[in-house]
Amino acid sequence: MKKYNEIPMAGNIIEPGNSKEYKTGGWRAKRPVHNDETCLWIRNGTCGKCWIYCPDNAVRLIEKDGKYFYEYDYDYCKGCGICANECPTQSIKMESE
Amino acid sequence: MTSVEKIPKDQMVVEGLTGDAAIALALKQCDIDVLAAYPITPQTIIVEDFQKFVANGEVKTKVIPVESEHSAMSACVGASAVGARVATATASAGLALMWEILYCAASMRMPIVLTVANRALSAPINIHNDWSDTYGARDSGFIQLYCQSSQEAYDTTIMAFKIAENKDILLPIMVCIDGFILSHNVERVEMLPDQAIKKFLGVRQPFQNLDPDNPITMGPLALTDYYFEFKEQQDEAIKRVPDVFKQVEAEFERMTGRSYGMLETYKTEDAEIILLTHSTPAGTAKVVVDVLRERDEKVGVLRLKMFRPFPSKEVAEAIKHAKAVAVFEKCRSFGSTCNPLALEVMASLYDLKEKPMVTDFVIGLGGRDVPPTTIVEGYEKTKEYLKQGKAPLYETLGVRK
Repeated sequence: MKKYNEIPMAGNIIEPGNSKEYKTGGWRAKRPVHNDETCLWIRNGTCGKCWIYCPDNAVRLIEKDGKYFYEYDYDYCKGCGICANECPTQSIKMESE
Repeated sequence: MTSVEKIPKDQMVVEGLTGDAAIALALKQCDIDVLAAYPITPQTIIVEDFQKFVANGEVKTKVIPVESEHSAMSACVGASAVGARVATATASAGLALMWEILYCAASMRMPIVLTVANRALSAPINIHNDWSDTYGARDSGFIQLYCQSSQEAYDTTIMAFKIAENKDILLPIMVCIDGFILSHNVERVEMLPDQAIKKFLGVRQPFQNLDPDNPITMGPLALTDYYFEFKEQQDEAIKRVPDVFKQVEAEFERMTGRSYGMLETYKTEDAEIILLTHSTPAGTAKVVVDVLRERDEKVGVLRLKMFRPFPSKEVAEAIKHAKAVAVFEKCRSFGSTCNPLALEVMASLYDLKEKPMVTDFVIGLGGRDVPPTTIVEGYEKTKEYLKQGKAPLYETLGVRK
């Protein structure tokens, strides 16, 4: 930990966007688990509500060669459950870590 | 340090000004970028006069008429964060409503100049002078300077920007005048030419500021791991004030021939009893001392200008030879051993082996007049306590009891 004279004045954050260095995934008590069978993104590349609502940009929806994939960035996913709450087809379940 | 020259007398403008008007004119000449304020007696004339300058196109200042003092100080913090030279004015309940943001201004290191016409706090509601408002804010992290005359209010307002904006300080500063007694009394004020003040102050050079091209975050969260370290920085900064104050005043003196010091001593060299106070009662005390001296009483005055940071060493040095120090203060710190000014004085003397007796007199609450007789009463009581070798921790003077 740095001393008082080794840190910026008044707590100013002089490097923009450095919150990405703070990996909030450690807060997670429950993780989102996806059901590919019913997820609209996987089936036909629509919906994407989980991606829209995720407050931490931790949902990644990927399209490659006409196929649809997803992944969660567990470095930042806090396990808030907003994706599961918003999913119109109940394809996301929150499971204990 | 900029090189300033002595301003010839014929370039000075002399006017009869109230304390408020003198401050308004000083703010105008300091070329402030933003003023955000909410009117409150007895500070009103400062902002009223300044609004006239704006309406007449005499200044380029952006005035933000806000809905409360909490917003006034918030707007000042925002403007100061961008790098603007910022001022505001308030008193009493207005200062109380600024409370939360006073601490933000100080800990975010915003060099805002806050001029205060000291006024009693409610209840009962009272528009007249005492020091309860700014004494209450003594731990906020603001620098506090108290003025005795309109001239000093004018001079101090100008110097305040140079002290606050110094890169070693970067702290907000209160310039305090006694409500009505000074804020509304007309006195002779010698004003500097605009150009001289422009040269003296220069343009504010912010150390770190909000800039879309170089984004930074100000005032973020700091918890158990770092909060304490930021307070340590703040403490170091306010400790540097006396040195910077002396530099700024020396420069101002070269320009005007006037200086005040962190404290002023008046006939204290051989004084057995020193009357210690500040603001307008200090003027009364000096007159009392002149009369008592004619009767061969060995008495002097220590008039404090800087209350935050408290110049402990200098105060102790100036009073240690006396038999007693009689403190006169316009504030009661309810439930406290004695009152804010006497507490500081006593703590400053603590390390001395031989120390003067300290008596503490609470005077003038709610604007109760402090005539010379009140000061004399305190002096006579102190003499009596010296004989007895014992004094009460504090007492009130001028109240019917």
